[in-house]
Amino acid sequence: MTSTSTVAPPGAAFPRVRRPRRSGPANRRHGSVVPYAFVAPAFLLLLAFGVLPILVAAVVSTTNMNISGLADSSNIRFIGAANYTRLVHDPEFWHALSNTGLFAVVGVPSILAASLAVALLLHRSDSRFARALRAFYFMPAITAIVAVALVWGYLYNSQFGLFNYLLSVVGISPVPWLSSPTVAKFSVALVAIWRATGLNIIIFLAALQGIPKEYLEAAAIDGANERQRTLRITIPLLRFAIFFVTITTVINWLQFFDEPYVLTQGGPVGATTSISLYIFQQGFRYNQFGFASAGSLVLFVIIAVVTLVQLRLRRRDVD
Amino acid sequence: MSTRPGRASRVITNVALLLGALLTSLPFFWMIFSSVKPRRESVAHPPSLLPKHPTLEFFGQLFTQLNFGQYLANTLVVVAIGFVGMFLMAMAGYAFAKFRFKGRGLMFATVLATMMIPAQVTMIPTYLILNSVGLTNTLLGIALPTLVGAFSIFLFRQFMTTIPDEVLEAARIDGAGELRIFVSIVLPMSKPILAVQTVLTFIAGWNSFLWPLVVAGDQSRYTLSVGLALLNQQVSTNPSLQMAGAAVMVVPILIVFIVFQRHIVQGFTLSGLK
Repeated sequence: MTSTSTVAPPGAAFPRVRRPRRSGPANRRHGSVVPYAFVAPAFLLLLAFGVLPILVAAVVSTTNMNISGLADSSNIRFIGAANYTRLVHDPEFWHALSNTGLFAVVGVPSILAASLAVALLLHRSDSRFARALRAFYFMPAITAIVAVALVWGYLYNSQFGLFNYLLSVVGISPVPWLSSPTVAKFSVALVAIWRATGLNIIIFLAALQGIPKEYLEAAAIDGANERQRTLRITIPLLRFAIFFVTITTVINWLQFFDEPYVLTQGGPVGATTSISLYIFQQGFRYNQFGFASAGSLVLFVIIAVVTLVQLRLRRRDVD
Repeated sequence: MSTRPGRASRVITNVALLLGALLTSLPFFWMIFSSVKPRRESVAHPPSLLPKHPTLEFFGQLFTQLNFGQYLANTLVVVAIGFVGMFLMAMAGYAFAKFRFKGRGLMFATVLATMMIPAQVTMIPTYLILNSVGLTNTLLGIALPTLVGAFSIFLFRQFMTTIPDEVLEAARIDGAGELRIFVSIVLPMSKPILAVQTVLTFIAGWNSFLWPLVVAGDQSRYTLSVGLALLNQQVSTNPSLQMAGAAVMVVPILIVFIVFQRHIVQGFTLSGLK
């Protein structure tokens, strides 16, 4: 999972932010070109690489754009919705979509449970020792996926991998980590789960620190034991963080790319091809830019729908 | 009655956390130890955790026989271009925070809306755009698509809103130009957010994979990440060499992480950034 998340985290205010002083003279510059000059470079780049590509994809997806169209634009023909028709009739597209769905169904609860559990434990044992351990959990989140995928590929290796050796020590026969279509899905997902957990631990820890101690102390005085306090007070108060992590994790699975690209190239027989990898392959392996653009737009619509649903739910939650 | 857990249960918690931490960092230890093993040890059965005859030959091989010197230089150029992007985002955040101008609301909403559009959606059309302006297979082309990000602009704006207007007005009365005010007053007053952004910009540039993969056409433009992915396909029977390559990418980031941990954690808390 590569990219930045698309939703602001709960309590996203910068810790050192004080209330802005609204003393007024900021608008004295009204009508000046100065603010435009400051905004323009970044804004134009965002338009060029954020907004324009969507429009280009929409146009290109109605053409037969391919390698010959790239070389000579007179080879590009308008073909209407043919790319979209082909997409919905392509079993590989549905395979990639269902793989992505499976990754999300397995991956979201795993990441949520693992990161919440570790965060609760780290928060519970707020010792110097536990604080030193945090770094170990965070490390996977900041290292290059390509590099760690390579390491996992070595651990998974069927001849000299560490995992199968460790299994053989306890008498379990070798597991075809990356060569069986079914197992490979989970092996590839595990790398992403391992990576995403560290990041979400940080988010949960921040949320846990925001829970007033008085609530837990009051419950303790009323005789609630620790398990009850965790289940009845802490976790309900983390509702917002849990919701945030769920949504960003779903979106990140929709963008799942690097791990299968490095570990399996989407194989065996397409078992680990995510929707993003499918688009990449159609575009850059087969040079079908028109067809791949149609896939890009479908992915865009899926992500936009997930994001908008999230915004709607959050608004209702605030009300 | 206290909410503090008892001593025994605290010990159990710490032991569980320690085991989890070791398990989580196992791939890193395995990578570092394997990168200094001779090849016959890295493919030996049974495998040993610690190298018996440590060697640095594979690090040498990366830079002498393979092109990792070039990849490293390219990666550093991409990171450097990323810092230009950070400066542009700080400028935009400043304008959104401290000026009222026509279209500000609409422009800021547009900035936020682009957060919904990930690279996986834009890779095909962006490649076509870069190709049409002759930027494919250039380091600038690799850096451009991620040069500015909506969330960073948002964070700069949030922070810079807290700079008192009086300070800026006083500088204007003293006759300072707008760019001068930005460089010598606003930026120094924004050190905390700049520190976070600097570390995150470095990590993002160093680790970036998708754009180098899409945009770099030949080996002379590869970054470390693409070179490493290639290494996986070329020499799958030499784990020592692969682990040395992975270590070249990972160890600098781990050092940055240890030194700037506070900033990174703060940045992640803010942005949920991957």
